Amino acid sequence: MLDCAIIGGGPAGLTAGLYATRGGLKNVALFEMGVPGGQITKSSEIENYPGFFDSTKTGLDFMDTWQKQCFNFGLKHEMKKVETIDKTGEHFTLTLEGGETVEAMTAIVATGAVPRRANFNGEDEFYGRGVSTCATCDGFFYKDKPVTVLGGGDTALEEAFYLSNICSDVYVVHRRDEFRAAPPTIDRATRKENIHFIFDSVIEDAVGDKMGLSGVDIRNVKTDKITHMDNTGLFVFVGQDVKNDVLKDASDNFICKMSESAQVIVDLNMKTSVPGLFVAGDLRIEAPKQVVSAAGDGSIAALQVISYIQEQQ
Amino acid sequence: MAKYIDLTNENFDATIAEGVTMVDFWAPWCGPCRMIAPVVEELAEDFDGKATICKVNTDEEQEIAVKYGIRSIPAILFFKDGEMVDQMVGAASKDAFAEKINAQL
Repeated sequence: MLDCAIIGGGPAGLTAGLYATRGGLKNVALFEMGVPGGQITKSSEIENYPGFFDSTKTGLDFMDTWQKQCFNFGLKHEMKKVETIDKTGEHFTLTLEGGETVEAMTAIVATGAVPRRANFNGEDEFYGRGVSTCATCDGFFYKDKPVTVLGGGDTALEEAFYLSNICSDVYVVHRRDEFRAAPPTIDRATRKENIHFIFDSVIEDAVGDKMGLSGVDIRNVKTDKITHMDNTGLFVFVGQDVKNDVLKDASDNFICKMSESAQVIVDLNMKTSVPGLFVAGDLRIEAPKQVVSAAGDGSIAALQVISYIQEQQ
Repeated sequence: MAKYIDLTNENFDATIAEGVTMVDFWAPWCGPCRMIAPVVEELAEDFDGKATICKVNTDEEQEIAVKYGIRSIPAILFFKDGEMVDQMVGAASKDAFAEKINAQL
């Protein structure tokens, strides 16, 4: 039986693994279906993680050393998707894709979040064929071409800036008339000549054909006027949805207490309503959705796991 | 140990011409591509002799990427006897890719 099963390999899961193994637990596995790293590996920059100060490095570069450090004390990597987690008696049973089961004394769920869909017409149809949620992955395919960015938060403006260095023009469509991003990020984007702002507007339709996206219809929410723009790339950054499926039982009920927005209710020790089950990172209530906070959560959860196991023995 | 095949303009058509082939379009700067890299390596071993597992570096092989209309990576295309029969976009689990390959065998 595992001392601790960590589900999810972003900053929260990796840090939990580091703390759990360095703290003396011998049998700890991190379940992530590929190379760990998490959402930050899609980011073009990281400016707010203290101790890492290099504007030439991307999120992918940033997570590189995490792999080496976090697996240095015996953390095992299981490249398998966890379907469900159940508490059976005093321990947990994880059911993996394909049906295999694994038992663990404790569990830390750090599955994080995925980019939210904006729900305009054609979003699903053209996803991967013009509609993208990863500028570092796909910006390359729009070299010297105009693209649209939807959103007004930090991610939207950071990635708009990244795209402005590759693409001819970047049109940022935002439903309000001001941005929610950090002041330095807004300032840098507004000073870039080929970034154009379209305020009070949303994407009404993504249009195209079997070759993919060919343009967007932009609707002004105040006047309802629709403007068409020929433009083959649309990058959507409108927030994240938490990944909580693993916490659902066979009848689709959550195994622990959740908030109304389906985030896991935890206390300051990352304890859920189920003894031995901890949650860290973007999946928890009030998550600031920052790498540094996710890492902090992971360390807290792992230290609590160590205490919990000591109390049980 | 079976390994995946790196495809270029020279060997692409000949490689996908017969049998079932999975092609992973990737690039070095793409986080989700790197995430699934070990999954692709394992698939190459698991399907040795049954299906051909390949990769295309879209940074170096832009012509192939354009030919198949690749605009998001990782893009995973499935071919049977040279015809594209299925595709996926984004990182997924090994079982999810294996299911797509098995469906063509």
